[in-house]
Amino acid sequence: MMGRADETWPGSNKDGETPMKDMRSRASLSPVSSAGGSASSTSVSPDSVSPGPVPAGPETPGSESPATAADGGGAGKGADGGPLPVIDFGKFKPTRSSLRARKRKNLIMTALIVLSFLVALIPLVSVLWVSLVNGVERLNLDFLTHNMSGVVGGNPTATGGYGGILHAIIGTLEVTLGAMVISIPIGVMCAVYLVEYSHGGRLARAISLLVDVMSGIPSIVAGLFAFSMFATLVGPGTVNGFSGSVALSLLMIPTVVKTSEDMLAVVPNDLREAAYALGVTQQRTITRIVLRTALPGIVSGTILAIARVIGETAPLLIASGFIATTNPNLFSGRMTTLPVYVYNEYSEGLAVCGPGAASGCLTDIRMQRAWAAALVLILIVLLLNLLGRLISRIFSVQEAK
Amino acid sequence: MGQRIDINHLNVYYGDFLAVQDINMKIQANKVTAFIGPSGCGKSTVLRTLDRMHEITPGAHVEGQVLLEGRDLYGPDVDPVEVRRDVGMVFQRANPFPTMSIRENVLAGIRLNKKHIPKSDADDLVEWALRGANLWKEVKDRLDKPGIGLSGGQQQRLCIARAVAVHPQVLLMDEPCSALDPISTLAVEDLINELKQDYTIVIVTHNMQQAARVSDYTAFFNLKAVGQPGHLVEMNDTTTIFSNPQEEDTERYISGRFG
Repeated sequence: MMGRADETWPGSNKDGETPMKDMRSRASLSPVSSAGGSASSTSVSPDSVSPGPVPAGPETPGSESPATAADGGGAGKGADGGPLPVIDFGKFKPTRSSLRARKRKNLIMTALIVLSFLVALIPLVSVLWVSLVNGVERLNLDFLTHNMSGVVGGNPTATGGYGGILHAIIGTLEVTLGAMVISIPIGVMCAVYLVEYSHGGRLARAISLLVDVMSGIPSIVAGLFAFSMFATLVGPGTVNGFSGSVALSLLMIPTVVKTSEDMLAVVPNDLREAAYALGVTQQRTITRIVLRTALPGIVSGTILAIARVIGETAPLLIASGFIATTNPNLFSGRMTTLPVYVYNEYSEGLAVCGPGAASGCLTDIRMQRAWAAALVLILIVLLLNLLGRLISRIFSVQEAK
Repeated sequence: MGQRIDINHLNVYYGDFLAVQDINMKIQANKVTAFIGPSGCGKSTVLRTLDRMHEITPGAHVEGQVLLEGRDLYGPDVDPVEVRRDVGMVFQRANPFPTMSIRENVLAGIRLNKKHIPKSDADDLVEWALRGANLWKEVKDRLDKPGIGLSGGQQQRLCIARAVAVHPQVLLMDEPCSALDPISTLAVEDLINELKQDYTIVIVTHNMQQAARVSDYTAFFNLKAVGQPGHLVEMNDTTTIFSNPQEEDTERYISGRFG
């Protein structure tokens, strides 16, 4: 192989005087010269090789850099007979100092990445810690099973508690469920249209643009939109839970469309073709193969969208309002949700415990309730996340046996 | 029983680009016909016109006739979905449905078409198809395991089982062995030899030894230059093509002196 490489790599003649040196330089070049040899074996015969010019620069036998061994030399001929440029591959090899520099850079970047991870962790841990410390004091069964009716100032109620968030939990769950029911079908069907039917047409590009614009809508605008929509359709001043659902679904739809679109796009085309080749209609291919394969990703994306909107305050304050009693009807009457409850408690400030107050009167009870409600909201999001992961895992595509 | 295919003056387009020009050939029933030729010459494209998979690509269309036992597959009242139930297809890359078990994969063609079959019939069909694909012995104890847990060769035979389970008349194979090791290739080739008793088989292959081993007829496709449409150079008995080709291009290609 060496001999053949020499014959078909005319430039090698440059240092043909010293066989040892020749072998060493060939060794560093062998992958290239053998490849060149096989490619040009038909067009360049050994006879056609003329001795190239002998390099002028003397080479020290102990030289470590292959660059000195390979430089110079005559121009050879390529497989197509044209002149082959002389390439000094030694130059491209990393030097010792560049390797050191790379190690240094690696160390610095690793430190930076770890540092930024820790910095990003600080607010997360601190939020969780503060909510836990401040919220756990008021978080008990009485708090979870009562609403705010009959609560006066900082005085304890007849049950011994200080009011609760049952109505807000029900409100948050119902309003969010309503938003899911509206936005998941619309979002997923929109994504199906974009990926499976549109073929990048004008309508698809318009929809993509609108979805992008929609994802930038401020939440307060979504709230005002829902409020004015219900004011127009139902009557002025209509405030109910479903109006809040509409507002939240406006915020959810773009996220659902985007994540579903991404998930549908990564379903291999092989599977669609396999289904079509079995004589399956496009509709059943989409519902049974494509959506089924993309389901875990769609669920994860939907959970993210829910987590984003479940903590929205402004649109719900406008569209769903605030009330102290429990209202289980999504379609009629004001409905308190957890974020609105937290906001409301916080904005009321300290309670007054005057001379006529009961013995257990707490002036900071509203702060305590706000923290406890915030903690419950965090826990609900956490539970939703776990639920989503569970669903994703159940429907996930098993890789191994 | 397999059915005969006649292709008359077939032009295949991708949008405005004429990919394959004026194909005329007769594919015999219950025989194996191999399509050979260099990359880009349109042999896979022609294969995909035989079950109307070609038109899945946006803008793709054909001119001319493809007659399956005298019935024009491109007739005005022919539903492509129905065509694909008569003409099955096996792809280059094994593509079992990843969300389904081995058993569900075999039954996919029936189940996805919303046809309900009783469990005992389903069991029989699964066994029949897997036996037909020479896979039954290897998987009969793990029918409920995911299909993608099998090896590459087993997956490809699972895909063949899935294709035969809808009982087509014709089986198209687009380089079914190109991603398989020699042992799995041998298993699939043996299977092709058995399957031709029941099906008409058309196979695209880059491997000329494979064409010589498995096929009864061979069609050689070529293209004059890159950007030019592909065309059918010659079609004949496999033995004639490989021992005494009529065209110089064919001889150059099969003897490895192409280009």
